[in-house]
Amino acid sequence: MRVLVAWCPDWSVTAGLFELAETGDPGSEGRASSNQPAAVLSNNVVEVCNTAARAEGVRRGQRRRDAQARCPELVLLPANPERDARYFEPVLATVEELRPGVAPIRPGLLAVPAPGRYFGGEPHAAAIVAQRLVETGVWDCRLGVADDLFTAEQAARQALVQDCVVVPPGRSAPFVQALPVRVLADLTDGGAHGSAEGRELADLLRRLGLTTLGDFARLSAAEVSNRFGGFGLSVWQRARGGAPTALGSRTPPPELACEVGFEPPLESAEAVCFSVRTTAERFVQGLAGRQLVAVAVRIEAEADGVVTSARTWLHPRCFTSRDLVDRVHWQLQAGTAGSGLRSRRDSGAVRAAIERVRFLPETVEAAADHADGLWGGGADEQVTRGVARVQAMIGFDAVRSPVLQGGRSVADRQASIPWGERPVGLRPVDRPWPGRIPGPAPARVFSPPLLADVVDEAGRTVAVTERGVVTGEPWRYRIDAAPDVAVRRWTPVSSWAGPWPVDEAWWLSTETSGRSGRSARFQVVGVDGRAWLLVWRAAGWEVEAGYD
Amino acid sequence: MVAALQRRIESLQGAPTRLTVPVHPALEGLVQLRTGASYAVDSASLALGLAAGASRSGEWVGFAGWDDFGAEAATQWGIDLRRTVLVPEPGELWLEVTAALVDVLKVVVLKPTALVDAKSASVLDARLRARSSVLVVWGEWPRVEARLSAERVVWDGVGRGRGRLDHRELRVAVTRGGQRSARDLVLQ
Repeated sequence: MRVLVAWCPDWSVTAGLFELAETGDPGSEGRASSNQPAAVLSNNVVEVCNTAARAEGVRRGQRRRDAQARCPELVLLPANPERDARYFEPVLATVEELRPGVAPIRPGLLAVPAPGRYFGGEPHAAAIVAQRLVETGVWDCRLGVADDLFTAEQAARQALVQDCVVVPPGRSAPFVQALPVRVLADLTDGGAHGSAEGRELADLLRRLGLTTLGDFARLSAAEVSNRFGGFGLSVWQRARGGAPTALGSRTPPPELACEVGFEPPLESAEAVCFSVRTTAERFVQGLAGRQLVAVAVRIEAEADGVVTSARTWLHPRCFTSRDLVDRVHWQLQAGTAGSGLRSRRDSGAVRAAIERVRFLPETVEAAADHADGLWGGGADEQVTRGVARVQAMIGFDAVRSPVLQGGRSVADRQASIPWGERPVGLRPVDRPWPGRIPGPAPARVFSPPLLADVVDEAGRTVAVTERGVVTGEPWRYRIDAAPDVAVRRWTPVSSWAGPWPVDEAWWLSTETSGRSGRSARFQVVGVDGRAWLLVWRAAGWEVEAGYD
Repeated sequence: MVAALQRRIESLQGAPTRLTVPVHPALEGLVQLRTGASYAVDSASLALGLAAGASRSGEWVGFAGWDDFGAEAATQWGIDLRRTVLVPEPGELWLEVTAALVDVLKVVVLKPTALVDAKSASVLDARLRARSSVLVVWGEWPRVEARLSAERVVWDGVGRGRGRLDHRELRVAVTRGGQRSARDLVLQ
């Protein structure tokens, strides 16, 4: 079997630049061209760099600072194997259109049984593949055709940009044996950027005086096995040109996304929801046919040919068609003005007439994990349904799940996330958080805090000096805008504790963030037995929480 | 397991049974929650304590109308936040939201934003009985099984400018159909 290998050098950099261009960072828009020197860094060490960067003297294994010293305009990209694989997917699909049975070897390298006969010769086939790849935006691709995978890859590495090197049938062994041993350093068995074993072996062979793979191939199998182990033996077999090739061809992934177009475009969210119902059912059934359920779905709505609203929705269990229709409704409503507190009347109109709605499964799980038990669904499923009803009444964001997080003030120590979403970006709880208030937690946490007044015996407002000393003993307090009317009166203080000064985020200016700067916390108990957590700031007193 | 299934069969067979719902050990003996009834409290901590027992025994609880919910305090009472539904601002539909929560949750704690009339309350009562849930109202409610109020709260551990809040001693008065009983408690 003849094998065609397409190799895109420095794929991590290419994918990173693609992503940079796609995210549309305004500062870097013009810069993210493929001629720009760029490098992918991992642990502050250059992992991959492109040709432009290499011309400036950037090398793999350099530290970030050295690389930047050689090439100040170097675009630094974080290492992200997932991104590399994601951007390689369209390349695979492009080749798959020409010849099924594509084997992805790693991001940036693919193999496919050479489609020579159909396209009238292997050079022609390779030219067509190269042309299609360039059309998808991958201009640096090199191709090789040979009897086995190893030879084809080496041939591709020798090819020029968008060109192909064809090793004629039966000529693999002479081709491989002419190669220097340092090609083993880039051997792709171990990972994307050459395996440590390969590098070690290349170094060892060079020190032994074996400069080409031909020299290595002339050793006997027993000697190689004794001296270089299993890895050496596999390399030796390849160098002799007798390595078997088994391409792990992939099955093209099934198309699970569903979309529906409206002609003419629809103006109201209700009409859209009514029309997407069958599509939503088709989407869920398409997944169910493969024993899958979706737990995260991306919904895109198009108007005037552009995607006007796109959002990923998560589900605590799995999406049914009704849930999807609900999500479409919420998403289209969220785009309209005044949707924070929605009344039933003005909920209809959408901002622009919707002409297309698309469902894309983001995360799918095996349906067996979500199957109902013999005794019907558990309590959790009922709760999910009931909460969905509440969400339908008052909006998606109105139902929350409380979570704890780390922080100093009591309001910082908790958060609430919309029901069904996963918490992201929470501060860790298990840190010491010096400056937090120990003891029993307050049952009522006011966020934002309520305004208050605290005065001493003479009626002056109590303050805290820079040294953390109170100017007077708290004597009476009053809470403005309290939910309970009883507290709005002046209440004498029966006991108090504090001040506990905190100087948080002093590097931010007070205009941008009202929370920064010096503050001091007090626990104050009134004569009525109610205890409050008060905080003094330069701007005045506030109530953060109540121990009710 | 068998008992749980039997209870479930009973509840499916109609005749709503009056099951007991556990409360936090600190409030044990003071009041016994029964499904299908509503209870009124005048303190957030007592409301948390009434809901904590059900949450500790693995049930789902919900809080409606609490825009100042203290998640950390709830955790200290033993409420599992993973089985907690919070509707901080139900808006003008708070009664409907509460009814929908009562359908699926064992204990619903409600902080009503407006006074409720007796008719709406009785509709909700019927829903409570049918669904075997408990409603705890922090505030006023027309007809309740029992009313808990915290009296004579004394905080310990804090002086004038020293110490910190540590625990409190309080007398919890329970009014049940005209009868009144009280007990002294020490709460965290």
